[in-house]
Amino acid sequence: MRAALERIWDHDLAYRFRRSPVTIAAAVLTLVCVGAALAAPWLAPTNPFDAAALSLNDAFRPPAWTPEGSAATPLGTDDQGRDLLSTIMYGARISLGVGLAAVLFALVLGVSLGLVAGYVGGRIDAVIMRVADVQLSFPAILIALLIDGVARVALPDDRHGEIAIPVLILAIGVSGWVQYARTVRGSTLVERNKEYVQAARVIGRHPFAIMLHHVLPNVMGPVLVIGTIHIATAIITEATLSFLGVGVPPTQPSLGTLIRVGNDFLFSGEWWITVFPGIALIVLVLSVNLLGDWLRDALNPRLR
Amino acid sequence: MAEALLRLQDLGRDFDVSRPWLNRVTERLPRQILHAVDGVSFEVRRGETLALVGESGCGKSTVARLIVGLHAPSRGRIEYQGVALDRGEAARRVRRRMQMIFQDPYASLNPRWRVREVVAEPLRVLRLASTEAQIDARVTELLQQVGLAAEDAEKYPHEFSGGQRQRISIARALSGKPEFLVCDEPTSALDVSVQAQILNLMTDLQGRLGLTYLFISHNLAVVSHIADRIGVMYLGRLVEIAAAEEIFARPRHPYTRMLLDAVPDLEMTGKARTPVAGEVPNPLEPPAGCAFHPRCPHASERCRAERPQLAAHGAARVACHAVEEGRL
Amino acid sequence: MSTPLLEVRDLRVEFPTRRGTLVAVDGVSFAIAPGEVLGVVGESGAGKSLTGMAIIGLLEPPGRIAAGEVRLEGERIDQLPHEAMRRIRGRRIGAIFQDPLTSLNPLYTVGRQLSETILTHLEVSPREARGRALALLREVGIPAPEARIEHYPHQFSGGMRQRVVIALALCAEPRLVIADEPTTALDVSIQAQIIQLLKRLAREHGTAVMLITHDMGVIAETADRVAVMYAGRLAEIGPVREVIHAPRHPYTVGLMGSIPKIGAGAGKRRARLAQIEGAMPRLTAIPPGCAFNPRCPRRMERCLRERPELLAAGANRAACWLHG
Repeated sequence: MRAALERIWDHDLAYRFRRSPVTIAAAVLTLVCVGAALAAPWLAPTNPFDAAALSLNDAFRPPAWTPEGSAATPLGTDDQGRDLLSTIMYGARISLGVGLAAVLFALVLGVSLGLVAGYVGGRIDAVIMRVADVQLSFPAILIALLIDGVARVALPDDRHGEIAIPVLILAIGVSGWVQYARTVRGSTLVERNKEYVQAARVIGRHPFAIMLHHVLPNVMGPVLVIGTIHIATAIITEATLSFLGVGVPPTQPSLGTLIRVGNDFLFSGEWWITVFPGIALIVLVLSVNLLGDWLRDALNPRLR
Repeated sequence: MAEALLRLQDLGRDFDVSRPWLNRVTERLPRQILHAVDGVSFEVRRGETLALVGESGCGKSTVARLIVGLHAPSRGRIEYQGVALDRGEAARRVRRRMQMIFQDPYASLNPRWRVREVVAEPLRVLRLASTEAQIDARVTELLQQVGLAAEDAEKYPHEFSGGQRQRISIARALSGKPEFLVCDEPTSALDVSVQAQILNLMTDLQGRLGLTYLFISHNLAVVSHIADRIGVMYLGRLVEIAAAEEIFARPRHPYTRMLLDAVPDLEMTGKARTPVAGEVPNPLEPPAGCAFHPRCPHASERCRAERPQLAAHGAARVACHAVEEGRL
Repeated sequence: MSTPLLEVRDLRVEFPTRRGTLVAVDGVSFAIAPGEVLGVVGESGAGKSLTGMAIIGLLEPPGRIAAGEVRLEGERIDQLPHEAMRRIRGRRIGAIFQDPLTSLNPLYTVGRQLSETILTHLEVSPREARGRALALLREVGIPAPEARIEHYPHQFSGGMRQRVVIALALCAEPRLVIADEPTTALDVSIQAQIIQLLKRLAREHGTAVMLITHDMGVIAETADRVAVMYAGRLAEIGPVREVIHAPRHPYTVGLMGSIPKIGAGAGKRRARLAQIEGAMPRLTAIPPGCAFNPRCPRRMERCLRERPELLAAGANRAACWLHG
């Protein structure tokens, strides 16, 4: 066990990580954000969605360090009396959850299509790539809006509330699969001609087995980098959609929703309702981005 | 004489290397077909080593790939122990007795797999072992057979040198218990001293396990140490085939002579060489008639028009008009 | 010899890595006389290419010359600033690398590349440069040079491209040419042609050639003297006939034995090749004393402790205690 840990510590990647203070800071921040978001139900001072505990008397209380603030609500309260810190933590949870799930969906879809397109080639490759090209000519937001809109229209109102989040994940996921597919297709085309793949064919393995067990492990490198950066993009896309009012339902506000809500009060003096969720979003996205940047550079010379 | 394990009859393989349809239409270009293998026939007998030699572009690697099924033939026939090697079930079963060793020791092993998994793959696919313990035992046995250690099974390919990786490739090929091994330039990418080790290993294994080799190479000197019979290829065609002693003592085809002459003279005997002329022509535009005629000092009108066929001449089979007409 | 054209003394090339310093070339010394062809032979990892790169000043950082001297016609060139080295490259030292495809710029015609190089190094008019380029192409055996001079590299075949690269290396009339595996990527029949060409050009221009290769056969045909490298060190150096027919260092003996030859009785495939057990040590694990000692059939006690210098051994010099 100790030997394994030592090996990991000594590994090139770990070494580069240790040497980059920015990356360590980014990693720590990401961990803090993710930890706070995950542990929201236990860590948050209050449960902001417990309607019974809310009181309009608490509304619009400014942050703790101002004269009217209170230590019980360190970042102030919103228009409904909800503690902002708790709301941010719960909101980050939703944002992260949707972001991660969407990325996972896009990754699985994109990598599968890319593998098949690259390995099988021919017509299948042409079809998949044309679909990808067409999709790329639309902005991702538009695609997400489209899917979301269709879902809204197709389903009755009450059902929509339940599956709003899965639909959102689907929408963001579908808008983002192309980058994975293209990268994986390119790498697959290279790997496919290598002799270890030919050796597997000579041994008599089924093409799917070859794709899954031989080619996939060798093309995953760039996918991890894209995925990490995509998390940030997905979170922003979700925030944008929620800001526009077509994302998560109002009963489960994400950081984007909070920013929108607070936007209405920005110029009447209650600045904290927008600013703090905004800062939280920036910190989250920035640290994930930095981590992804570092990962891409660290993996680069080894990607040959 | 031993039975013929593998028989190729008039084997051909074409590759369509035309420009994309759009370019062809707008630029009015013709379709371009590469005749990588153009009517090759020979057989390989049980227990022998047949070497296929030639320079780049002669089609020897394509022949190897056709035999193991990586490409389908465009025309002609391949038979293994009488079974036609097509896409059918019988062919698939018979192909299990064949394995292949590749040229590039760095690309022929999956960099993400441990050596144990690499060597065990044929065992699993061909169901030659059922329990993990059996697989472990067999992998150890194979690694030791090729001169590696049992502990090497837990390592990754990048931890080994080129020569050691080729040994792993050989172990993988052997784990399927083949009787026929197609070796595509297995030592071309190796240093000279490592090459000697690998060639010796292959000779030993052949004796011990009763293997039959089809050995592809561009190096006549290497082949002289391992081959029983040698076939010389040029631009997709077989120009001469004979026992190894014959080829070296009495090379008949002008190209064979040229190849032998081109081998650097380590003995420094200062022997006279026939002038080496020209270069291998573009395989997309092979010369008419005999493919070698532009470079041949003995070319005649007939050579420019008529393609020679492989015919027996003494102890060899040669495809050359000059030889047939007794001019050589 | 009288003033050698190139003199390398105790050259040491190091690569600092985070796990310590790798010594890729360790105390290599040799000299090349004007007009002489010195073959530098060795297997992969022996350090022969790095030696060539160090001499011509093209070591990739973090690699660096840590010790030793390189003298061209008496003056030191190993410590020159980049600009000065750049002027020497091409003008006084020419280079031929292995892959003709990447040695030529695919975007410019062959004539332009030749003319540019000539104009950079020689004080001639553009018209004269073009004339020289044509003459060079003719000299290296390119048929119809007036037409071919306007062609792009991809329009040449592999062998023809390598001839162009040779022309490019010679166009500024260098005194020394460093050729790193010039024939490895070529077919056997073309190899023979290129070897002949190199030999003839060296003789006619009086250019010294440092021919780096792993192929002993090429050395036998081309070189006057040969240096055998092993694990970054010089194992043996001497006249080519002597080293090949009467090698003095056990590694050279083993190397010559393992080369496949079409000798008498060729085709009897039971002629087993002599092999050297083991493999060349990795640069991170070079044994103390003589680097070859773990694999040497004639190893002595002394070989495990003391690293041998180049000692006189008949007509050669060998780094082996058998001659101490």
